[in-house]
Amino acid sequence: MFQIALKMLFGDRGKYFGIITGIALASLLMIQQPGILISIFSRTYSFISDVALPDIWVMDPMVKYVDDSQPMLDTELYRIRGVKGVEWAVPLYKGNQRVRLADGQLVGSNLLGLDDATLIGGPAVMLKGRLADLRLPDAVIVDEAGATGRLAKPATTPEGKPTPLQVGDILEINDKRALVVGIAQARATFQSQPIIYTTYTRATSFALSERKQLSYILVKAKSDESLQTVARRITHDTGMAARTAQEFKDMTFRYILNNTSILTNFGFVVVVGFIVGAAVTGQIFYNFTLDNLRYFAVFKAMGATDRMLRRMILLQALLVGFVGFGLGAGATALFAAATRGRAGLSMTLNWELLVGSGIAVALIVLFAALISVRKVLRLEPAVVFK
Amino acid sequence: MSDPVTPATPTLAVRCSGITKHYGVGEAQVLALRGIDLDVRAGELLMLVGPSGCGKTTLISVIAGILDQDEGSCMLFGRDIKQFSQEERVSYRGKNIGFVFQSFNLIPTLTAAENVAIPLLINGMKMDAALVEARERLREVSLEGREESLPTQLSGGQQQRVAIARALVHKPKLVVCDEPTSALDGETGRKVMEVLKQLAVGSDRALVIVTHDSRIYDFADRIAHMEDGRIVSVDESH
Repeated sequence: MFQIALKMLFGDRGKYFGIITGIALASLLMIQQPGILISIFSRTYSFISDVALPDIWVMDPMVKYVDDSQPMLDTELYRIRGVKGVEWAVPLYKGNQRVRLADGQLVGSNLLGLDDATLIGGPAVMLKGRLADLRLPDAVIVDEAGATGRLAKPATTPEGKPTPLQVGDILEINDKRALVVGIAQARATFQSQPIIYTTYTRATSFALSERKQLSYILVKAKSDESLQTVARRITHDTGMAARTAQEFKDMTFRYILNNTSILTNFGFVVVVGFIVGAAVTGQIFYNFTLDNLRYFAVFKAMGATDRMLRRMILLQALLVGFVGFGLGAGATALFAAATRGRAGLSMTLNWELLVGSGIAVALIVLFAALISVRKVLRLEPAVVFK
Repeated sequence: MSDPVTPATPTLAVRCSGITKHYGVGEAQVLALRGIDLDVRAGELLMLVGPSGCGKTTLISVIAGILDQDEGSCMLFGRDIKQFSQEERVSYRGKNIGFVFQSFNLIPTLTAAENVAIPLLINGMKMDAALVEARERLREVSLEGREESLPTQLSGGQQQRVAIARALVHKPKLVVCDEPTSALDGETGRKVMEVLKQLAVGSDRALVIVTHDSRIYDFADRIAHMEDGRIVSVDESH
């Protein structure tokens, strides 16, 4: 009878396509929107992820998230280096600076100053040039998204396109000359600003004159010490906040979560996707069952058991769920592939998301099947003669 | 061995005794069957005739085991299926009863052969084997070559023959038909009745037909006349 159930389903093409379209759209919303949300949230701490080498980030206790750097005195670096369990500690400058383009336009950028000696905190992947070239006079490295996007050289004609920044191009940061010596790959940040890497000393010279300029101190703990223990010791001995990389990511994530309405907005769309998906699918599937109610009554009269009818309807529901989810997930995967690596809109597609949305779709089709089965089981076979 | 002196009593396919059935409650209550006593013999074609609303359809629903009577008993081949569990009753119906409906009730998305195969599939036969049987039944009702046609591609008479093939494919002991010819013209109706009588009636089987169609009365072995929920006469002259 399963083949009969499937033929009944496929035979009513209008309703069949209506149901799978409803499920596909619901799946698309339930996968794509959280995928974009995850991508956005991962950008909030992408800088911490990119700076992979240090174990512990030391910062002013007032810092709330990674982009909220509260400058410290340079002397704090020496105090940290003196804490027991610290293998090494290097300075990091992180600040927003304005870059003047050739046409005079000012572009806000994220300026990172790396330890002059070790260049720790620099980009892991260089697309052009070498990280060591940062030691050349006025040298800076620009991230690829910035070089091809907001820092690209303006078009010379109204119809022309901007030219991506190249090694050897000159930028102007706070009226100071900066020579592009490399293009690097970096994860997109929450603010989607271009990222400019240089040495710590040069970064502080680009920045406006301030007494405190040290944003973070990057610390490597000795291998025989636990990260938490060293972090607590740094806080105890110096009064500075010290967090492991994971703790700092979590703190940044929570701050963005609690202080923006991103989660509410995206969550709302996901819930709407689920409800609309359930309502549309449930309604069309129920109508499909109602249209076939006479035939289900005929089956009952001819000796079909309730179990047989339940399984037929469940098969129909699971099949439309499977096909609809496949189409929705496929469309979302295409979207994810098309936006991969983009500085702007992008999404993360992971197995947890697929499993979660798959469960949601299963709930939708089970709901649709449940209301249909209920109707069929209550059906009196005697209606076949009416 | 039967008694050589006393004529053998024909086997009873159906014995209804004191059947009552009402619908609704309170002042809206309608008594559809008011104490029906009726026997249907194996090997006969019994027609139930009478005006609309006299209880014919209710009575064949009780006989077919798809509706419970309020009182009385209805024995099918010596067994009171009201005493069966729900599961046993469904199973008994699936194996022993065939149905033919006024409006055919063929599944529009299935071919003629697939429609005919349904009772076999319900009884657990595999699709391939069921289709072989179904094609054989379609051949018996002169629909050879139309096995893969959808119901919409068949005439009314052909659709009713598909429905007859479906009612007979699992070789039921009792076939119940509700107005099998009322949607057909006179000639087609007679052809359908010829097929039905030829295939559904046998020494160990019976056919009960509810009809208003006086054009087919001559096919009946007996005609039971109903009025207001009662059998008022049984005409044995056919």
